[in-house]
Amino acid sequence: MIEINNIAKSFQDKEVLKGISGTFDKGKCNLIIGSSGTGKSVLLKNIVGLIKPDQGSVLYDGRDFTHAGKEMQTEIRREIGMLFQGSALFDSKNVEQNVMFPLDVLTKMSKEEKIERVNFCLKRVGLENVNSKMPSEISGGMKKRVGIARAIVNKPNYLFCDEPNSGLDPQTSMVIDELINEITKEYDITTVVVTHDMNSVIEIGEKVMFLYKGNKLWEGTNEDITDSGVSELDDFVFANRMMKKFR
Amino acid sequence: MKSLGKFLLFTGQLFVRRESFSTYVSLVIDECIKVGYNSLFIVTIVSVFMGAVTTIQTAYNLVSPFIPDYVISLVVRDMTVLELAPTIIAIVYAGKVGSNIAGELGTMRITEQIDALEVMGINSTSYLVLPKIIASMLMYPMLVVLSGFLCIYGGYLTSLATGIISGHDYIYGIRYEFIEFNIAFALIKAFAFAFLVASISAYKGYFTTGGALEVGKSSTAAVTNSCIAILLADYLLAQLLLG
Repeated sequence: MIEINNIAKSFQDKEVLKGISGTFDKGKCNLIIGSSGTGKSVLLKNIVGLIKPDQGSVLYDGRDFTHAGKEMQTEIRREIGMLFQGSALFDSKNVEQNVMFPLDVLTKMSKEEKIERVNFCLKRVGLENVNSKMPSEISGGMKKRVGIARAIVNKPNYLFCDEPNSGLDPQTSMVIDELINEITKEYDITTVVVTHDMNSVIEIGEKVMFLYKGNKLWEGTNEDITDSGVSELDDFVFANRMMKKFR
Repeated sequence: MKSLGKFLLFTGQLFVRRESFSTYVSLVIDECIKVGYNSLFIVTIVSVFMGAVTTIQTAYNLVSPFIPDYVISLVVRDMTVLELAPTIIAIVYAGKVGSNIAGELGTMRITEQIDALEVMGINSTSYLVLPKIIASMLMYPMLVVLSGFLCIYGGYLTSLATGIISGHDYIYGIRYEFIEFNIAFALIKAFAFAFLVASISAYKGYFTTGGALEVGKSSTAAVTNSCIAILLADYLLAQLLLG
């Protein structure tokens, strides 16, 4: 479980996060949703330590990550897998080398063990016979899958996904969502997904946190998101015509 | 002063939380190929022509019958060893390797590849930058030695082709009153310039923010700042070691 306590962050005079608290449960897909510019990605970067919060703390299974020393932070980070918005694959490495990278640097596995693990992870995300392809030679959806394979290759306890569906068609988006959900259940890990895609919320949002202008306005499940009684959340949920019709 | 402080903190980060030694060996070899082997062509072209032009222009200026011909190659030799090979090639090196380093790291920054390394618990500064600096400090002195040789050889070929000085006189001038310390001085400069180009370019690239436009700006700033640093260091080292 990941616990965030009173996280606040400002850039110059702009207050991006205004004291956000909450928990992300193990074995569940925890979603952080909100419109563009509400601080979702900044919150995620605070949680994984890419940005240091001005106040508050992040606890990974009770371990204070924010105020920990460099050694402790490194130890916790090695239990993290992350899928970035643009996949963040290394341009100079092929698919196999990208997925193998965490094993190369962080483990003492033999070459054979590493290849076996990489092939297993690539197969798990539905990719085969693409090991020698460069990132520039594969599609956006495939890049996301490779990103997921790289994120899970070192058997993480925590998986973070920043806008996993951005730039993907609805069908591929659904496949990626299902994959993230399956992996979460299969490895019993804590998954945090930042998204503004309502399809993802409906499909995999077991626990949803809604951010609005740097504040947490609502927390609940995808089942009760339509009856939240929060007007800002209603505006977000029923923004498109189809959802309005559904309403 | 703020930038200088940030630069010093950045270089300090190179030596903390390093990965295993074997990781760096393969990275350094890769970087050696990029910064050294891939620079051979441009260094060769520039050096040969630099030597040829220096020989012709020195001969043009030394027209007195009281000055023996071998003085031309003596001047070419000292200019090459003291300044042309280490400093002018450093400017070319900054343009080629410096912009490449800044562009590569800048692109990695804006495409979140550096963030990906950090999230994995890898010290991105040490992992990405240290091999580039080590490779630069290994390869650039070798490029300087090669450049010095080719520059003098270019002058020799020109003297033979144009007949402004005989081959015998050219060789005699090259060997006349040779000071070994000048070679050591050139190599000291080479190490200093190699460090400056790699570290300044890496610093500029590493802290890129924004998009493609900013990556371009970082590359330009890397070359400009490296050139200024090279010239300042050139003056300081000349004053300290020869003054």
